Amino acid sequence: MNKYLSFFRLRFAMGMQYRMAAFAGVITQFVWGAMEILIYTAFYDANAAAFPMTFQATATYIWLQQAFLAFFMAWFMEEEIFDSIISGNIAYELCRPIRIYNMWFARSVANRLSRAILRCFPILLIAAFLSKPYGMSAPSSAVNFILFLVTMILGLLVTVSFCMLVYVLTFFTVSPQGLRIVFVSMVEFFAGAVIPLPFFPDKIREVLELLPFAAMQNVPLRIYSDDLSGIAIVKPVALQITWLIVLTGVGYNLCRYAEKRVRLQGG
Amino acid sequence: MITMKNVCKSYKVARRNAGFKEACKSLFHREYETIQALNDVSFTINEGEMVGYIGPNGAGKSSTIKILSGILTPDSGTCTVNGRVPWENRIQHVKNIGVVFGQKSQLWWDVPVIDSFLLLKDIYSIPDDIYQNNLEELQKLLDLKQLLRTPTRQLSLGQRMRCEIAASLLHSPDILFLDEPTIGLDAVSKLAVREFILRLNETHKTTVILTTHDMQDIEALTKRIILVGKGRILLDGSLADIKEGNANIDETVAQVYRSYDI
Repeated sequence: MNKYLSFFRLRFAMGMQYRMAAFAGVITQFVWGAMEILIYTAFYDANAAAFPMTFQATATYIWLQQAFLAFFMAWFMEEEIFDSIISGNIAYELCRPIRIYNMWFARSVANRLSRAILRCFPILLIAAFLSKPYGMSAPSSAVNFILFLVTMILGLLVTVSFCMLVYVLTFFTVSPQGLRIVFVSMVEFFAGAVIPLPFFPDKIREVLELLPFAAMQNVPLRIYSDDLSGIAIVKPVALQITWLIVLTGVGYNLCRYAEKRVRLQGG
Repeated sequence: MITMKNVCKSYKVARRNAGFKEACKSLFHREYETIQALNDVSFTINEGEMVGYIGPNGAGKSSTIKILSGILTPDSGTCTVNGRVPWENRIQHVKNIGVVFGQKSQLWWDVPVIDSFLLLKDIYSIPDDIYQNNLEELQKLLDLKQLLRTPTRQLSLGQRMRCEIAASLLHSPDILFLDEPTIGLDAVSKLAVREFILRLNETHKTTVILTTHDMQDIEALTKRIILVGKGRILLDGSLADIKEGNANIDETVAQVYRSYDI
């Protein structure tokens, strides 16, 4: 366990090194969030009753999404892992007394965490001080906030275990390009990154909510903005836990299988 | 002790001729060719021995190193390293070996070298006192003092290679595999690396297996050489066996390669 923690620490420290990148990230996310809110303002002005979430809830959803972008964006993968597979540098990692899957998992979580910590506070702070419907509302209760934190961690772990599948599959396909494009665009659309899931037509939404994509950002962001509350929380959280177990289980075993039969590339 | 017995390994390689027409044809029908990377390879290496594993490009040197370090499973044959089959229990096996791949890097690119070392300390669960001892010794012998605080990306190749070698020895392995450790190094760095390997073998009785194209490496370091070509072992003996009089070592080896038609 200690070794994986150590990986976590090093990757975390590395992520904290890039101050300018974080600064640029904050600006981008802030402008992006503001633009989205402007678009939704126009929609809600036309007919506020036509939407499944209140404007305040939507604005909160967007600000939280921008603040914790690094947690949930599937395209946010570790180039170094792909490089190590493509170039054969992975040979070194296979020469260590560690499980590749666990190591990469620790690494990915650390990377996302370090990026989010550098970026989230300025965005949250500004969003909290924006005037009423455009800014972020405070959590409705302490329980609500705790549930938000717990499901956010679960969502982060599901996102990472999903990305792990892409890394592991790269062992077999050699080039990650195709896999990445397919997986990333699926996540982007089905996870509620483009528009929140409640905005989808009911029939489609019911199916989407069962998929692993809905177990990522969808749950915590909707819990915080009180779109999900009471007994309705149980099912999505149970799904989060189920998907986490399924995805890590498949990924871990696939990785063990790949380790046995990989052919390293390059001299 | 390392033994390899009748080890075979083959790769499947897709081949096609040049040109657009051929590329279209290969969409539907792909021709594979089986390359015999290792063909009935057997040898024994005793503890504390220093062995040069030489052969032309594509002879199967790296495949052998990869099998011995547990990251490649052969098609057939048996192999034990200190009583263990490398690929069966990879994690147990790699605790006792150190590997340096001259063409790859194990240090983290963006952080100072010492951070990578600390990570290795945790990965191998090296006790504090042993880590300190080893680090101090390596630091002195490989002249790393200034380098350890520098990020890897700002090191020259020679400096990096010295750090790579140190990184592979922090956990005091019994066996060290060196896959082209002097590739691309200048004269001074080469001499430093050679001298270090000699001392390591003398003082710690570390078994060293070295692959290289640099015959001076072999001349300076090893008494025993194993010559491979086209996946077969052609010669297992000493440099003196192939050397005639005062002939230049590179020419001698080229002559040997030609005589075996490899």
